Amino acid sequence: MWDYTPIVKDHFLNPRNVGDIPDADAVGEVGSLACGDALKLYLKLDDNKEKIVDAKFQTFGCASAIASSSALTEMVKGKTLDEALAVSNQDIAEFLGGLPDEKMHCSVMGQEALEVAIFKYRGLELPEHDAEHDHGHAYPDYEGTLVCKCFGITDTFLKKVIADNHLTTSEQVTNFTKAGGACGSCIPKIKELIAEVLGQAQEAATKPKLSNLKKMQLVQEVLERDIRPMLRADGGDLELIDIDGDHVQIAFRKACAGCASSGNTAKFVEMKLRELVYDGLRVQEV
Amino acid sequence: MQVIYLDNNATTKVDEAVFEEMKPYFCELYGNPSSMHYFGGQVQSKTVEARKRVADLLGASPDEIIFTACGTESDNTAIRSALEVLPDRRHIITSRVEHPAVLTQCRNLTAKGYRITEIGVDGAGRLDMEEYKKAIDDDTAIVSFMWANNETGVIFPVEEAAAIAKKNGALFHTDAVQAVGKIPINMAASKIDMLSLSGHKLHAPKGIGALYVRKGTPFRPLMVGGHQEKSRRAGTENAAAIIALGKACQLAGEFMEAENTTVKAKCERLEKELLAAIPHARINGGGADRLPNTTSIAFEFVEGEAILLLLSELGICASSGSACTSGSLEPSHVLRAMGVPFTCAHGSIRFSLSRYTTDAEVDAVIKEMPPIIARLRQMSPFGREFLK
Repeated sequence: MWDYTPIVKDHFLNPRNVGDIPDADAVGEVGSLACGDALKLYLKLDDNKEKIVDAKFQTFGCASAIASSSALTEMVKGKTLDEALAVSNQDIAEFLGGLPDEKMHCSVMGQEALEVAIFKYRGLELPEHDAEHDHGHAYPDYEGTLVCKCFGITDTFLKKVIADNHLTTSEQVTNFTKAGGACGSCIPKIKELIAEVLGQAQEAATKPKLSNLKKMQLVQEVLERDIRPMLRADGGDLELIDIDGDHVQIAFRKACAGCASSGNTAKFVEMKLRELVYDGLRVQEV
Repeated sequence: MQVIYLDNNATTKVDEAVFEEMKPYFCELYGNPSSMHYFGGQVQSKTVEARKRVADLLGASPDEIIFTACGTESDNTAIRSALEVLPDRRHIITSRVEHPAVLTQCRNLTAKGYRITEIGVDGAGRLDMEEYKKAIDDDTAIVSFMWANNETGVIFPVEEAAAIAKKNGALFHTDAVQAVGKIPINMAASKIDMLSLSGHKLHAPKGIGALYVRKGTPFRPLMVGGHQEKSRRAGTENAAAIIALGKACQLAGEFMEAENTTVKAKCERLEKELLAAIPHARINGGGADRLPNTTSIAFEFVEGEAILLLLSELGICASSGSACTSGSLEPSHVLRAMGVPFTCAHGSIRFSLSRYTTDAEVDAVIKEMPPIIARLRQMSPFGREFLK
């Protein structure tokens, strides 16, 4: 069971401002049935078209999605459009006394609906892209290249959320946007985007490149010095079979051969080699 | 608040009689059943009785029963064992809707060079037997199909599937965690080689399971280092829980008829009344042969976690195939394998009854469910749009 705060529970059980505004000035829609949550936000402005005088919502989703939507409508009422645009997903989460990590995407959905509504109202419509994806489309108004095909999420949107929330791991990006949470095939791309946002991409590029000869030497050294003695201590061993580019082929010997957890051991070897030699290495058991 | 517990496929209440049976084996009769002295010996005679009771429920003989810590351990042991006793065979067949205790293990074994075939199901959750017949060959070491599905209650034709495995020289295992105690099982007239069961699904405590291994089936233990269970599962016996499981199996045998008459009638009434009262709802696995106690109902345009939490406010316990309840972001792999549309999968609720479920509890759910669904649909943009 999720650990929801009393405020989340209250806004879920007694949601404020459910419904629609037939003569709304601005409407923002994000999410889809396929994605598992969706929000339609209605905003009504005062006669000067500056201040938000009323806000209503309809949400399909879990308790925290409903609570985030309810909180959002309460937060933006009385704000000018510019003030409303300054509301971040963190503000929504804080208003609710916090959200479980895995549910942060609910607050992001609220903030995006608000942004889409205001951008559309101001005629700043962001062009839709036509990339193919498996199902649904979470944020149709964000242009860019599709990264997560399962949830229909683009690089532009991901970079924005990564930067806004200072995200540093792909798990965090999944918690905040759902991207990478289904088939997982876009996780390497998400990591690249994180590196890009953090400015690490350039740093990595300036690193001296490891020559093949040097790489082989280092792999052998680490195996001899750091790994084989540990395996031998448990009655096992391994043999280096070949190094083909970034692929290090090993074979387990003695107690490690046919050991039920040799898969974990292989992972451990890979981790060590990545840590001590170069993080692009891959270990294959042959 | 009164709890209405309709989540018996997740876990069950320990039967009071089961609890009474196990109680003396903590503080009073705490001896080790393997000891030579009389103090331990009297525990051993109770575990012998328990083994017989478990065997009787399965139509098996006592020496075909190995006690384990849980259904998951039984599943893991069975599959690992089969691969070790048939080292030249490198193919595993299972289904797309298995419990993770089987599915995750099989998928992990691909890293060890095993070939895995996951047999699909149709829209009603029925196993594709034609696909199975095509997939099996003389490289297949083990076939593992669940007896009944935990989410939908759909029953697989495991006897027929076991006969096909036998013909191809493969071993056949069934994860019968949801079936044991709910439908009659007779291993004496079966071709199934191995069967897993779990205590806490049939009113025994958590932390006890069993693996049935047919006499003559080659076997390799997962746990080694002790002579317990005839060296087939090392580790000091969880005597109190074993004794509890024995009692629970005896009671399950006694209640088998009630399970398939009165419990079944309550479950069918719940299903029928909810479908009549709530538009745009459907039964997952509706066309298939199902367990007497399980119904999985999809309510379109609403999300499962929200339904569960509103039910929970009223003390009603159920579970959901929705993404949000599991911590993953996609709806249940079972519902997706069945091709349940996303409009339904996110709003699927499973009710699982037991012999303790009363008519009044069923009435309460029938009364409370329609306003909950209506309330969430009123809030949902899709609900409003489609139900205009």
